[in-house]
Amino acid sequence: MARRQKKINEKSAIRNRRVKHFFTYLYMVILAIIIIYPLLITVSSAFKTGNVQSFTLDFSSKWTLINFKRLFTETLYGTWYKNTVIIAFFTMLIQVAVITLAGYVYSRYRFIGRRFSLMFFIIIQMVPTMAALTAFYVMANMLNALDHYWFLTLIYIGGGIPMNTWLMKGYFDSVPYDLDESAKLDGAGNFRVFWQIVLPLVKPMIAVQALWAFMGPFGDYIMSKFLLRSDEHLTVAVGLQQFITNTRDQQVVLFAAGAILIALPISILFFYLQKYFTSGLLSGSTKG
Amino acid sequence: MTDPQKQDPRKAKLLSIIPGLGQFYNHQVLKGSIFLVLFLAFVAELALAGVRQIVNLITLGSTPMMDNSLFMMIEGTLQILVLVVAIILYAANIYDAGNIAKQANEGKKPSTSLVQMIKNIGDGGFPYLFSIPAYFLMLFIIVFPVLVTLFIAFSNYDFLHVPPAHLLDWVGFKNFTSLFFLSSYRQTFNAVFGWTIIWTVVATTLQLFLGIFTAIVANQDFIKFKRAFGVIFLLPWAVPAFISIMSFSNIFNDSAGAINVQVIPFFNKILPFLHLSLPAWKTDPFWTKIAIIMIQGWLGFPYIYVMVTGILQAIPEDLYEAATLDGASAIQKFNHITAPTIFTVAAPIFITQYTGNFNNFSMIYLFNSGGPGDVGGGAGGTDILISWIYKLTTGQSPQYSIAAAVTLLISVIVIGVSMIVFKKTGAFDLGDD
Repeated sequence: MARRQKKINEKSAIRNRRVKHFFTYLYMVILAIIIIYPLLITVSSAFKTGNVQSFTLDFSSKWTLINFKRLFTETLYGTWYKNTVIIAFFTMLIQVAVITLAGYVYSRYRFIGRRFSLMFFIIIQMVPTMAALTAFYVMANMLNALDHYWFLTLIYIGGGIPMNTWLMKGYFDSVPYDLDESAKLDGAGNFRVFWQIVLPLVKPMIAVQALWAFMGPFGDYIMSKFLLRSDEHLTVAVGLQQFITNTRDQQVVLFAAGAILIALPISILFFYLQKYFTSGLLSGSTKG
Repeated sequence: MTDPQKQDPRKAKLLSIIPGLGQFYNHQVLKGSIFLVLFLAFVAELALAGVRQIVNLITLGSTPMMDNSLFMMIEGTLQILVLVVAIILYAANIYDAGNIAKQANEGKKPSTSLVQMIKNIGDGGFPYLFSIPAYFLMLFIIVFPVLVTLFIAFSNYDFLHVPPAHLLDWVGFKNFTSLFFLSSYRQTFNAVFGWTIIWTVVATTLQLFLGIFTAIVANQDFIKFKRAFGVIFLLPWAVPAFISIMSFSNIFNDSAGAINVQVIPFFNKILPFLHLSLPAWKTDPFWTKIAIIMIQGWLGFPYIYVMVTGILQAIPEDLYEAATLDGASAIQKFNHITAPTIFTVAAPIFITQYTGNFNNFSMIYLFNSGGPGDVGGGAGGTDILISWIYKLTTGQSPQYSIAAAVTLLISVIVIGVSMIVFKKTGAFDLGDD
């Protein structure tokens, strides 16, 4: 009797486990499909010919590279891409330099106004960028900077400083102070401690910050739409938007092709650096 | 080099009322000269332009076409920033004079030559030197536009008053009272604000729920192909958001999009009894709202998923084993171990998700331009406050001052909520002071 009971228990345990496994995999597969389906539509559309009637997943038509060719011959996409890369590159270069220096200082030094200044800028930064539109527009008019990249680049750089400085500070904090101390005992100056001892240890976080800073201008729509005026000066986000708002001539396939050329390199970089920034973010949030 | 006699810190400070003199008293000729030159330059700037600009900021000009009130407002704001920097430098100058004098009394020789001074900057001045570029950029890119917005919110700058043809005037709290009491604006404001709150709460809670649930499900030991699933679940985060949103904007097209052409017909075919009709995703505000909430769930859950996965993996296995020995059920283990850990560690991240969606311009604007429909005041049926501001600023008949007033209201809400949370969780404690 007891043996039979035990057998039934085992059986029901196995069945329970099977049900659990089944629903777990079911959930994960459905979620995977929901994620992949829309992305696949965009990818496959990029390789379709001519005027497609609908934006769906459809492998029946022949695959072609004509859209990519059209993108660079018939539209300004190549120029937009180049513009965005230039802006993104300088944003990355300057912002990373600035926040690395500032993050280091906030991590290693106690100085007057340390706490107040960082808090102040983080709070002020919560005022939405939209607020700045009018101010920047008038300022650009006064400085004759409308339609020029340097102004837009400066805005991208400045906007990211407070939050990223704070994240950099959190990462610098995770480098043990003993390293600095012993280097200083050996006679290294402030600058050498920074440049030769601490900096090499935070390279992964610098890479992550560089990626974020680089991605910013690719994703921004508002500022570039507002401050860049002529068609050949646009960035890709604003340019691509033209392809889909223009309902007259169906350029949805061009949008898809253009989207892939942006998403692919960025996603690859993302996955390459992913393990660094997840750990970096978590250490930032737990440590404070 | 003169041997330092007794230096009186108070005397040094008093002398520094004219910047540089205190440093001269401390035998620091070079540093003193720098302070003195900076001070003279500032006085000259004030005399030549500064005073006039501050006055202009107060009057906003008197003759149309001659005086551009807007330029006066901008220049006046910049002048205020210059003033603030000058005051900080002035305070630093006095502090420095007193400090050096004190150090001299303690036997430290003040640095008098250039080489020594550079070396000194390398020690004491190092933190300031390294963070000056950050301060400079933040002052002009972040603080400056916020100040200008503040001023505009108290002016009458709109499409009827466009400088230089018209002068601007200060109107006090009129823009704010219009928002709350003028019937046309009040209606729009209430409609937009109500939807902003619903959108923020529902969309963010959905993405948090999906993220946490997925992390817990996908973190079970028996699962195979963990890496493959992990990569797939990260895709919505890896692909730039504006591209996903624009793609979804096509996918949800009423007549040509994949949802209405492919997905719903597919379900109707395999489950004929459902009789699903085709929703007007882009032309009915209700369905647009449903669509953007679902899309935000899609876009936003991977970030939460990654965070929570990290947290789950950091919970020591012994805790669960001990609980199992004590006879805890799976649900009890979740309630007493898993959930509290997740929420204590990730609370700040969760809150920033809410404040982020509160101002999620891209999602609203790139999907359906805040439309369809019209709730007055230039706002569409799915506009949230931030996209309404955008329309107020960039529309056919811009209402800059109302837009600025709404911006300030938003800022107060977001900053207030964040401050409370940061205070409660201690997320922004710098750890020492």
